[in-house]
Amino acid sequence: MTATAAMTQPATPRLVMHNISKTFGPIRALQDVSLTVMPGEVHALMGENGAGKSTLMRILAGAIHADADGRIEIDGRPAQIAGPRDARDLGIAVIYQELSQSPNLTVAENMFLGRERRRGPFMTDRARQRRECAPVLARLGADFGPDTLVMNLSLGQRQLVEIARALLQDARLIVMDEPTTALSERESEHLFTLIDGLRAEGIAIIYISHRMEEVYRLADSVSVLRDGRYVGGLSRAELDAERLVSMMVGREISGFYQKQHRPAPHEAAVLEVRDLTDGDGIGPVSFDLFAGEVVGISGLVGSGRTEVARLIYGADPARGGSVSLGGTELDHRRPRSSLDAGLAYLTEDRKGNGLFLDMTVAENTAISVLHRRGGPGGVLPPATVTDMGRARIAELDVRGAGPATRVGNLSGGNQQKVLLGRLLETAPQVLILDEPTRGVDIGAKSEIYSLIDRLTASGMAVLMISSELTELLGTADRILVMRDGRIAGEVPNTATNPATQEAIMRLSAGTGAQTKNGGQA
Amino acid sequence: MTTPAQTAASRRETMRTWLRLSGMLPVLVLLCIGFELASGRFLSVNNLSIVMQQASINAVLAAGMTFVILTGGIDLSVGSILALAAVVAVAATITPGLAWAAIPLALMAGAACGLVNGSLIAWLGLPPFIVTLGALTAVRGVARLAAGDSTVFNSDLPFSVIGNGNLFGVPWLVVIAFLVILLSWVILRRTVLGTWIYAVGGNAEAAALAGIKVPLVLLFVYAVSGLLAGLGGVMSAARLYAANGLQLGQAYELDAIAAVILGGTSFVGGIGSVWGTLIGALIIAVLSNGLILLGVSDIWQYIIKGGVIILAVAIDKLRTR
Repeated sequence: MTATAAMTQPATPRLVMHNISKTFGPIRALQDVSLTVMPGEVHALMGENGAGKSTLMRILAGAIHADADGRIEIDGRPAQIAGPRDARDLGIAVIYQELSQSPNLTVAENMFLGRERRRGPFMTDRARQRRECAPVLARLGADFGPDTLVMNLSLGQRQLVEIARALLQDARLIVMDEPTTALSERESEHLFTLIDGLRAEGIAIIYISHRMEEVYRLADSVSVLRDGRYVGGLSRAELDAERLVSMMVGREISGFYQKQHRPAPHEAAVLEVRDLTDGDGIGPVSFDLFAGEVVGISGLVGSGRTEVARLIYGADPARGGSVSLGGTELDHRRPRSSLDAGLAYLTEDRKGNGLFLDMTVAENTAISVLHRRGGPGGVLPPATVTDMGRARIAELDVRGAGPATRVGNLSGGNQQKVLLGRLLETAPQVLILDEPTRGVDIGAKSEIYSLIDRLTASGMAVLMISSELTELLGTADRILVMRDGRIAGEVPNTATNPATQEAIMRLSAGTGAQTKNGGQA
Repeated sequence: MTTPAQTAASRRETMRTWLRLSGMLPVLVLLCIGFELASGRFLSVNNLSIVMQQASINAVLAAGMTFVILTGGIDLSVGSILALAAVVAVAATITPGLAWAAIPLALMAGAACGLVNGSLIAWLGLPPFIVTLGALTAVRGVARLAAGDSTVFNSDLPFSVIGNGNLFGVPWLVVIAFLVILLSWVILRRTVLGTWIYAVGGNAEAAALAGIKVPLVLLFVYAVSGLLAGLGGVMSAARLYAANGLQLGQAYELDAIAAVILGGTSFVGGIGSVWGTLIGALIIAVLSNGLILLGVSDIWQYIIKGGVIILAVAIDKLRTR
């Protein structure tokens, strides 16, 4: 069952990737990347979003094919990974960040998906499947059984299912893509212990992460990718946080955040949120937002950050509480009335529920205010839309685009600027930005930070949700930390009294034993 | 790691799952009781036998539709395929030397239509709605062509026992429908292929990454739907001794889809059971029969049936939220 054959030839690398490239149309996602991973090694793969980590991983999984010029060796033998089955037969298991499971199936069915135990040619041997997965689940310390539906599991539990599936396949190389993103501190620690155990058995692990602490905790060596290229590697002995960061970013990061606005004194709140709740685990939440300040919202995935933002904006129905803008209570049941009152929301899922990818830049920027611009009978002179688009393109420096460019053809950073342009078109007093720099390259990131700074300096109030602590520390004036659907605490972040990552993590994870019931903050 | 809150949550989940599985059974029971109270004749053995015969053809079509909808697809062409298969079956019996092959030919005609649908959807990646909408029209045309645009008729139909005979007092139509449902359940819940069908409906990308050949699964479900529509054609012809390419099976696809949805199968795929589909098909038949017993006019039957379908699904949504 377990990988007993792993330690036979420790001198042969488990995996060698040599000069791997991958182009998608005109985009070079990977360029001549080489990587060597030994048995029993935890090899951390680091890099910014878009650096090529996922592409590399998907090549290993057989989900996409590398360009023809590179080669891959497994245990010293050349390997062709033409599809997911090849990857599995070679002993490679990939655990994706968005876990790839069928939520409607049971744990056992998911663990055996695609390689079911059979009784005769057609029938599933369900009893044997259950029998075989029970000890693996027990070994991982799972608190659920093989017959549980995956849709009823927490994200941490679902992660265990993925690891169990890898073990069941006798995987000798396991790739994990930011596995702790959705996990609580305790679940993460459990995962680390498991990884230590896998390493001791000689299983090779590629661990994708950009969390420094985890890399320190786990990695035997680190490789850094940037813009699809291999920039360098460090052994455990050479690990150094600043060096890693400058390798990832490609330059010194001082001056990256441009916080120049001075938060105005707190006089009259521009946005007042009182006891807002959805009646189902989110809230009650209360806080004030003042003109000319950036307030960050931090918290782990699943802590309810986006849910609260959507409640404030009226994208989801609230079951209690109120939202006031400039002293007037909002009819916050519809996005339309929020927009008209001066409250705009930037979604975290730009492609899913933000942009109309098949429409033009101009149409995308204008869509929220079209009804205000139409002539008699709602007739819209085409030049109006084009002019609006052109103005925003210039203002936000959207590159390589005209008003008539299809938004789907733009890069992530430029798409985000178009979406921000749409919000600014509504002339808001309050901006809620949900992960404004997700999937955005480093240059555009810096521009978005300075835009936020400019807007705040001109009196706008910004509420900014982010999973990147450094980003919040670099831009926000104070940070609200959420846990279990509520605000667990507030951390000031001024020049004289800067917030620390530790203080925020303590609040988001909840310290000590009293967290179990999610009680007092 | 388990807290009391977690176990309570999982108990609630179990409850929800159970509610979902029991689905529309209470609605079916209430309808039966209601019609009995109102008419006094509904629950007679004779009438129930008629209801089940009326439900049988739709149940067979809906079983195939369940396979398709579980993958997140749709098959609008089953009514037309049924007509084609019925024409083929009857025409074969009046063609010298082909009479023995009437049933196999009809089933093959149905399966062939399903395979064409499935190929276009699985390998060309065309949307199921569009492909089967096209097939709805085109196969109807083929059926008219095969029948010479009239009614094919055989008063001495060799397989008429299927439509009018009994097995130990149970009509053959009902026996066949029940066997189809049973076999569908075995395939969906006890075979490897069945798990793959649910997996494709639950998360097609994950299924592909797990090494499942998604196109083959899709091809299979549309072939099954076509095959069962062919079987429906045989059943229909056996009952009527005749088949008309233009009129037979009109709008049957809508009743089949309604039965699947009433049965609690998720329209986006991945969740559902063929037993639910059986209950859905019975609800539709009970409604038709009961309203006739009460002497409700044909026009009002349409309106009431449509309303009940929407109401039932609305109740289901509220209840399982």
